[in-house]
Amino acid sequence: MADAKFFTKGKVQELREELAAADKRDTKHTKKRIVLKKIVANMTMGNDMSPLFADVVAVMQAPMLEVKKMAYLYIVSYARSKPDLAKLTISAFERDLVDPNPLIRALALRTMGYMQVDKLIEALANALQKCLADKDAYVAKTAAISVIKLYTYDRDLAQRTGLIDKLRSLLNNENSMVVANAVAALSEIAEKTPDFDMRMDFTLSSKLLTAMNECSEWGQVYILESLLYFVPQEHGDAEVVAERVMPRLQHANSAVVLSAIRVVLYMTNYILKDDIVNSFFKRIGSPLVTLLHNGPEVQYVALRNIQLILQRKPDFLKNDIKVFFCKYNDPVYVKIAKLEIMFRLVTDDNIEQVLPELKEYATEIDVDFVRKSIRAIGKCAIKIESAADRCVTTLVDLIKTKVNYVVQESIVVIKDIFRRYPNKYEGIITTLCENLDSLDESEAKASMIWIIGHYSDRIENADELLSHFSDSFKDETSNVQLSLLTAVVKLFIKRPTKGQELLPKILKWSTEDVDNPDLRDRGFIYWRLLSTDPVAAKVIVFGDNPPITSEMENLPSQTLEELFLHISTLASIYHKTPQMFIGGLRQKKVEPSAAFVFVTSQPMADTWMAMFCKLKVVSIKNHLTF
Amino acid sequence: MLSGFFIFNAKGEVLISRLYRNDIKRSLSDLFRIQVVSSTDVRSPITQISGSTAFFHIKHENIYLVAVSKLNVNSAIVFEFLGRVALIGQSYFGRFDEAAVKANFTLVYELMDEICDFGFPQITEPEALKMYITTEGVKSEKAVLEMGKQIAIQATGAVSWRRPDIKYRKNEAFIDVVESVNLLMSSKGNILRADVSGQVIMRAYLSGMPECKFGLNDRVAVEGGEHLGRIVPPTISSNKKGGSSTVDLDDAQFHQCVKLSGFEESRTITFVPPDGEFELMRYRSTNNVYLPFRVNAIVDEFADANHVNYKISVRSLYDAKTYGQNVVIRVPTPPSTNATKIKVTGGKAKYVGSENAIVWKIARFQGGQEYVITCQAQQGESNSKKPWSRPPISMDFQVVMFTSSGLVVRFMKIFEKSNYQSVKWVRYLTKAGTYQISFLPPLQI
Repeated sequence: MADAKFFTKGKVQELREELAAADKRDTKHTKKRIVLKKIVANMTMGNDMSPLFADVVAVMQAPMLEVKKMAYLYIVSYARSKPDLAKLTISAFERDLVDPNPLIRALALRTMGYMQVDKLIEALANALQKCLADKDAYVAKTAAISVIKLYTYDRDLAQRTGLIDKLRSLLNNENSMVVANAVAALSEIAEKTPDFDMRMDFTLSSKLLTAMNECSEWGQVYILESLLYFVPQEHGDAEVVAERVMPRLQHANSAVVLSAIRVVLYMTNYILKDDIVNSFFKRIGSPLVTLLHNGPEVQYVALRNIQLILQRKPDFLKNDIKVFFCKYNDPVYVKIAKLEIMFRLVTDDNIEQVLPELKEYATEIDVDFVRKSIRAIGKCAIKIESAADRCVTTLVDLIKTKVNYVVQESIVVIKDIFRRYPNKYEGIITTLCENLDSLDESEAKASMIWIIGHYSDRIENADELLSHFSDSFKDETSNVQLSLLTAVVKLFIKRPTKGQELLPKILKWSTEDVDNPDLRDRGFIYWRLLSTDPVAAKVIVFGDNPPITSEMENLPSQTLEELFLHISTLASIYHKTPQMFIGGLRQKKVEPSAAFVFVTSQPMADTWMAMFCKLKVVSIKNHLTF
Repeated sequence: MLSGFFIFNAKGEVLISRLYRNDIKRSLSDLFRIQVVSSTDVRSPITQISGSTAFFHIKHENIYLVAVSKLNVNSAIVFEFLGRVALIGQSYFGRFDEAAVKANFTLVYELMDEICDFGFPQITEPEALKMYITTEGVKSEKAVLEMGKQIAIQATGAVSWRRPDIKYRKNEAFIDVVESVNLLMSSKGNILRADVSGQVIMRAYLSGMPECKFGLNDRVAVEGGEHLGRIVPPTISSNKKGGSSTVDLDDAQFHQCVKLSGFEESRTITFVPPDGEFELMRYRSTNNVYLPFRVNAIVDEFADANHVNYKISVRSLYDAKTYGQNVVIRVPTPPSTNATKIKVTGGKAKYVGSENAIVWKIARFQGGQEYVITCQAQQGESNSKKPWSRPPISMDFQVVMFTSSGLVVRFMKIFEKSNYQSVKWVRYLTKAGTYQISFLPPLQI
């Protein structure tokens, strides 16, 4: 069938005539089928076919499933723009809803739900009363989803007609697919409705877990996701549920695996013994790593989630660092995600393997990836003292490549290395100074200027260099200006004769010629400081900097806590709580209960401490050291 | 859940557009075209637009399969679903590309209506779908009307991936164990990293509702021990060749049809297979990797004389009864190489300028053999002499009847109520993943 020919723009009037002509002497309905294909093709191409609504309604009763389905597709697409005409379809749907064939009944029900028009929604509510109780699982599973369609359109109607209670009772249906769809529908309602009580007890959870064994993979995901509405009242219950979910980690579908991990992590909030919690963490490690053998998209989802878990359990996967080494043909988003994980896992023991990898990445094509790799080398130097020498040598080698962005990024990280290890690597300053002309990014410039200023007593021509930078002072970004101001002050303090020419110029520009209040204020402070008490100025300007730490920016523990409830979702990819990018959602929380063991965040812990005096304080201390 | 599904061609034209929810409009597809299809720099498979809208896309053949969501949707489910759409498309049309979508667009719409309802993935087993959504509309029409009830029961049942009425005159099952082995070895023969990822692919041509029981030489199943997924202490395999050796799996994942609770409890793999070909399991192993080839490389760089000398020997470590095929060894040469001298004891080798390498091909490599290449790469005089990064020597190969993990299929039992005889065939193949021999002195950084 070469239906591609239908993808040509058709005129509404011609199609109408063709359809009218096709209705005559079309016993096998083949002519209607062809005209409908043309119409659907035109819809796909974005041509407005809505004027044909009445004509299509006229043929939707043809007793040929293919014609019917195309007519339905058409009607669904245009019902909202033709609400009056849409009403005309009700009788046809009602006829199908009593068809002996369950596939026809379900099709009618499913299609009605998509037609978000007042009259049809009322008809849908009526139909659902019956269909939710349909003995045929195929119809019942369709009815379960139809309840959310109704609910999305008219919440009151769904509640008033008691359909939500009926939906709830489907959780006891003997067919697993019906159960799974009912669970999915209820979960979505719960997510959108603040006062909807979805909490499940242990008995219901167990029942769902049993049903899960017979479910399709998608059904397994729906059930696993719903288990977050189970609030264990006893530590043992949480352990049982987590243990029963464990076999899902061997499923081929990554959504099943990740949803199971979400349940396990959630349950650890209610498990008292540390060694049990730790053993669960160990057991989710391997399946997570295995997800890296999927396509790059699934790998990306897995990697972003691994990043989250590592923030809570830094030693998690510490023996698996090699699997996070980048392959040359990984897409760049996978590489960048792996890079962060490599950095989090790097230790004294494996730095020997990691550093050559990073060096290789720093010579790849993608600029962003290269920069991040260089940054990682710098951070390794800061994190692992014993490897600092080798990291610095690597960076110097990279600077010698003279690739513009490589040089600039290296200088930015070297500044931090200087701060971390004072008086150790100043020997390389000469190499850095060879590359001044290639600096055109503000962060690199600011870093280089900081280095020159800070070591102005060792750099013979520091005054020339700074004066060179200050030529374009007024065109620089504010961070470069601030850095330059401070550097010149440092130069003046260390070598007054060298700096005395430049200093007044810079102070004048900063305080008079630039609009930036930060710069102006800082200029005035230096000016007055130097003119009133030069000794104090020295102490202040060369005061101890706060120590540089190597830690990656970790999310606030409360955010992290919440993201654990959203493993595998968009929130876990963005590393943002859902409320930050979607409005009107109910915030997911770990509900307190008698079995609750709190884990990280102190403010939350305080609140709950007050509520539950019975909590074991011992375990708190252990957990807080993460 | 999903608000809509689109298929785009490589130019960004919409081939299929199915909206499941009213919170998006069809015109949203323009945004995807602009942000992803026409963009040369796509940095994520997920494209966030105006806060709550997210596009998920995968590329398949020459088309984009795209899902849109406005909720905090489970991203893994979306990508798995898109992958499944591609699989269903292949199962229906052979190839699932722009031509196939255009030629069958109404059928694709029909499928999209069936496999996803209001954005919730539903029945996606091709076998189940083919019972009532077919390319020959008219013929199946009657069958659908008559058998509607039965189909509905089957499609929503616990074994939705298999029709009950399958019949074969000859009952056969083919099992292919396919492994790819990754290696990074230093020039002195130290293994820096080695791991295996494998698949067990089954082609089942079996009648009725057969229950299969599949057994491996899995260490935990054979000797008992800790559960999979727990950290397994490294063991020293003393016996490489003996039949009693076992495989240590780091992790395994199974097809939908496998009863997972059975595996967790007793390491038994039982299932009712789908008809035809499917991936039964996927696994990883990092302990006791049996390398098919050992490579010794002596590389001497004479900077003054502008040439590099190589002496590289490759030895096959597998049994002499089996053999490797399509063995290719790539020996990197300096960037400005203009002349080479090559001598080999087997196979054919030549310098390929576009790859900056000497490519040595050995069509058939018997077990227990050794071949040697001695060669020299002469560098041309050039003013701007770039430093040579010395990329590793890499290998490509396929070795039949050999597994790098040591995995062996111990049994495949098939039970069916009619008690028929069935024939089972097992094949093994090990391929090269990234199989590299570095000749950098280690840690010269």
